[in-house]
Amino acid sequence: MSGSAAITGYGAVSPLGVGAETLYERWCDGVSGLDGGLGKCDDFDATVAMSKKEVRRTDRFVQLAVVAYEEAVATAWPDGCPYDLDRVAVITGSAMGSMEILEKQHDILEKFGKQSVSPLTIPVMMANAAPAMICIRNGYTGECSSIMSACASGAQAIGHGLNLIRRGDADAVVVGGAESALTELTQAAFGMAGAMSESGISRPFDRRRDGFVLAEGAGILILEKPELAEQRGATVLGELKGYASTTDAHHITAPAEDGIASSRAVALALEDAGIEPEDVDYVNAHGTSTQLNDRSETLALKQALGKAVEGLPVSSTKSVIGHSLGAAGAVEAVATLESLRRRTAGPTVGLEDPDDGLDLNYLPDGPAPLSKRRQNGSANGSEPLTAISNSFAFGGHNATLVLSA
Amino acid sequence: VEAGTAGKVTPDVVIKRVIEALVELGPEPEQVHENATFEELDIDSLDMVEIAQILAQDFGIKMEPEDFEGVVTVGDAFGVIRGYVV
Repeated sequence: MSGSAAITGYGAVSPLGVGAETLYERWCDGVSGLDGGLGKCDDFDATVAMSKKEVRRTDRFVQLAVVAYEEAVATAWPDGCPYDLDRVAVITGSAMGSMEILEKQHDILEKFGKQSVSPLTIPVMMANAAPAMICIRNGYTGECSSIMSACASGAQAIGHGLNLIRRGDADAVVVGGAESALTELTQAAFGMAGAMSESGISRPFDRRRDGFVLAEGAGILILEKPELAEQRGATVLGELKGYASTTDAHHITAPAEDGIASSRAVALALEDAGIEPEDVDYVNAHGTSTQLNDRSETLALKQALGKAVEGLPVSSTKSVIGHSLGAAGAVEAVATLESLRRRTAGPTVGLEDPDDGLDLNYLPDGPAPLSKRRQNGSANGSEPLTAISNSFAFGGHNATLVLSA
Repeated sequence: VEAGTAGKVTPDVVIKRVIEALVELGPEPEQVHENATFEELDIDSLDMVEIAQILAQDFGIKMEPEDFEGVVTVGDAFGVIRGYVV
């Protein structure tokens, strides 16, 4: 199974604001969306897109997904869905679902008994509420599913969507990820697991890095079968060319330090896209700012890309938006697409003192122009650029997307 | 209705609270009247459980989901609820 999917729309909500352009431009300006050790989407207002009843019956992660979807679909299908509704699938990722309602209703159970527990608890909590809500609001009746594989959820959802297009199971797939799990319990739990930053600073690849900064957000992309997008005269913003996922089979939280399984995800994704390491023009790293990830990811990129990694621009969007868990892969796919389309990659903000052995071109000094690294003799500066976007997760899940624009 | 609160809990008080609850659940105030159907108001079985919980919490009225079986309009529901407030 091979071939690409046309990307005809995308949207994002992040701690930098609402909208894909806002995310990209503030990232390039070096603005941080992190405050007090958290990445909250303070500018977000669900009521711009959802009714009072919908807001009441959904967790914030679903609301973030709906608003990101509305941005994506306004670009892709401004006149309405051009496909039979039963040929449209929706696949999104979320690592946690709603922690907030679970905690609140547990308190109610303890204090007032089971008769007082909200009947909305499960439908609000479940991770699949995000794709289900997008289907309910729009009448899409193809496959609707959610992927819950921690910080790889968003990337795996996007990859699953690509394979639905390739298999002919859908003409279009709404893909992405959404997360809002900023409760004190979530913070305490990640903190005790040793993954979250005590300093509250996200500085991937820096010697002083001390963990990720917990954030919320959503990213949604509209994928279409390329032939059908062309037939309808769609404006294609980019292509999803390849995807692969592997597993460390090593430890439930720590990445395998040898980077072998994660490098295999990168290599298999390139193979899936039918490209060579020399064809990669930019890497949007998982780059969490944890000691273990940034080292094993660097090693994985060196193993998978060989000599092609020398000088290759690599940056971490998490340096400004923190880590939105199951949304991260999707938000970062959007950031990657914007970087390719504008031919300038956003930087790794706050990286001042790269750690020993972390010696890639992490773009610490600001946004960097991107250009076709492999010249095929017909270079005129307008050829599509290609990037990979990595997502690695608790559980040992490794996912890599290959995007071009 | 529990002793001690019975003096204050009249059917009108309970109905007023039900109307407030319906508006909290989604419909606009002007939509909520006796002839409005729950289908029109987009009030479903999950909402009815919440209304029953509010009545239990605020007035000690214990209702079961089956009590609302066959109820179509807001007026029908008021009739059922009045039966609990005597």
